[in-house]
Amino acid sequence: MRAPFIAKWRAGLLGRPVTSRAADGLVRKVIALNGWAAIFILAAIFLFLAINSNRALGEVGFVAMLTGREWYPTIAVPRFGFLPLLAGSAAVTVTALVLSVPVSVAAAVFISEFASGRVKEVAKAIIEFMAAVPSVVYGFVGLAVVAPWVQQTFSQPSGLSALTAAIVLAFMIAPTIVSISEDALHAVPNSLRQGSLALGNTRWQTTYKVVIPSASSGVLAAVMLGMGRAIGETMAVLMLTGNAAIIPTSLFDSVRTITGTIAAEMGNVVQGGLHQSVLFNLGLVLFTITFLINLVADLVLEKQRRRWQR
Amino acid sequence: MSNRIRSARIVQALAVGITGAAAVFIVAAALFLLITIVIRGAPAISWEFITEPPRGQMKEGGIYPVIVGTLALTLGTAAFSLPIGIAAGIFLSEYAARGRVTRLIRLAISNMAGVPSIVYGLFGLALFVNLAGFGKSIIAGALTLACLTLPVIITATEEALRQIPSDLRQASLALGATRWRTIYKIVLPAAAPGIVTGSILGLSRAAGETAPILFTAVAYYKRQLPDSIFSDVMALPYHIYILATQVTDRPIDIVWGTALVLVAGVTALSVLAAVWRSNQRRKVRW
Repeated sequence: MRAPFIAKWRAGLLGRPVTSRAADGLVRKVIALNGWAAIFILAAIFLFLAINSNRALGEVGFVAMLTGREWYPTIAVPRFGFLPLLAGSAAVTVTALVLSVPVSVAAAVFISEFASGRVKEVAKAIIEFMAAVPSVVYGFVGLAVVAPWVQQTFSQPSGLSALTAAIVLAFMIAPTIVSISEDALHAVPNSLRQGSLALGNTRWQTTYKVVIPSASSGVLAAVMLGMGRAIGETMAVLMLTGNAAIIPTSLFDSVRTITGTIAAEMGNVVQGGLHQSVLFNLGLVLFTITFLINLVADLVLEKQRRRWQR
Repeated sequence: MSNRIRSARIVQALAVGITGAAAVFIVAAALFLLITIVIRGAPAISWEFITEPPRGQMKEGGIYPVIVGTLALTLGTAAFSLPIGIAAGIFLSEYAARGRVTRLIRLAISNMAGVPSIVYGLFGLALFVNLAGFGKSIIAGALTLACLTLPVIITATEEALRQIPSDLRQASLALGATRWRTIYKIVLPAAAPGIVTGSILGLSRAAGETAPILFTAVAYYKRQLPDSIFSDVMALPYHIYILATQVTDRPIDIVWGTALVLVAGVTALSVLAAVWRSNQRRKVRW
């Protein structure tokens, strides 16, 4: 009496297991498809930027754009040279890194190596808040607070300059650099610290002779991710640099970045026109730069993670 | 010898002092930011400010349609990014074998997190606004923001699922449940707090983004509320940008007030999510 039932059950012919198993297989496929979403989207971003850059690549030429020293996109015979914009992005990014990296890494060292549990938690929560503040708010606070300060302190005609944007950016990328550096330092096994302390080193000697060298690649990755952030940051930079498309000779010059150019001009271009295509190409250049920076940083971080896993 | 020890101690004290000063400096900057926004924004906040549309070339009145626009965009973002992001997280944690493919997917996810927001804006313009023909609309903006939020949600889901002990899965499978049933009935509910918290963090970040919606969703000024997902909207971050840079002679209070509403909304959500998660954690112990 029972045998056929079991046989049927084994063959999966009874109601519930049949639908259940079918559902299982279907769900598995749907979920696997979603798993690939990140790769699809990254590829789609590249593809759509490339397709839309096509006209600019044909009519202006990639080398001509990359090496052009003039950006006058709206005059009768427009000039689409990226150099002023690349120089603007570079000036702002490098200055922001110079200002932010020493302080951020030092703060990470303190939080990871010297702070007590309670202090650590509070500091991390506050720095997390800093990361959650939208960039347009940083831009506005920069306009209201930092720009007048720069104008007065350095007696400049205008407070909108590469320096102003870099100062605000330095604060914006600090949470990234602090938290990723702190992770890297924290991941160094305690046995290394204890070994060093047992040999008579002070905690600082242990930190800079043992912990920092062991975590150095992670700290480097943190700096790179901060750099990627800084290059890609749009709104604060758009609001604070003054947006003059000239190759800067001083930090007090007004500059125009890659991101600021796209944000400011894309709204006013002719749909399908050459200017629009050039802006897409500029986006492609930006995407490529940040893609490479992030890729290297991720590979470094992954290597570091594996190192301590055993 | 004792000289060396003494100097090492002095250096130790100096090092703690200097790194500590750096930490204090960054924390102080964050607190300054928070306090400035609260103190300067608070005078602008009133019932009228929250419930009235802007008037007089946006120099008077409130920000009601702006708040509604940001809510609509954020809900739309959730509608697109949650199903895909959670499914992708489930795939990485429950289905995918450790190997080259998953490594590649992980690499793509963390790389996506570093793609500049303006690039997502260009992508959304090309794909959702132009090719799909949605025009500047809530749906185009929400899809664009969903792409940007996806890495956060995937990572949060995967991490939450990985913390569920495999005993639970094995017990369910041993009772004859299929894999999907096990995930759906056992693993997902157990991991829900982590998933919800991570998702809210990602969504609150999307709510504050300006660059991705610049060409895909926002309107400079719109008195009436959006009537469908295909209409464009005002949004808090863009409104701050406009008020701060393009509207002259406006009372500066209203910009600070708008900034306060945005920052309060974004952080309140994150804090609530974090508190809820730590409560849940206390309740359940493995």
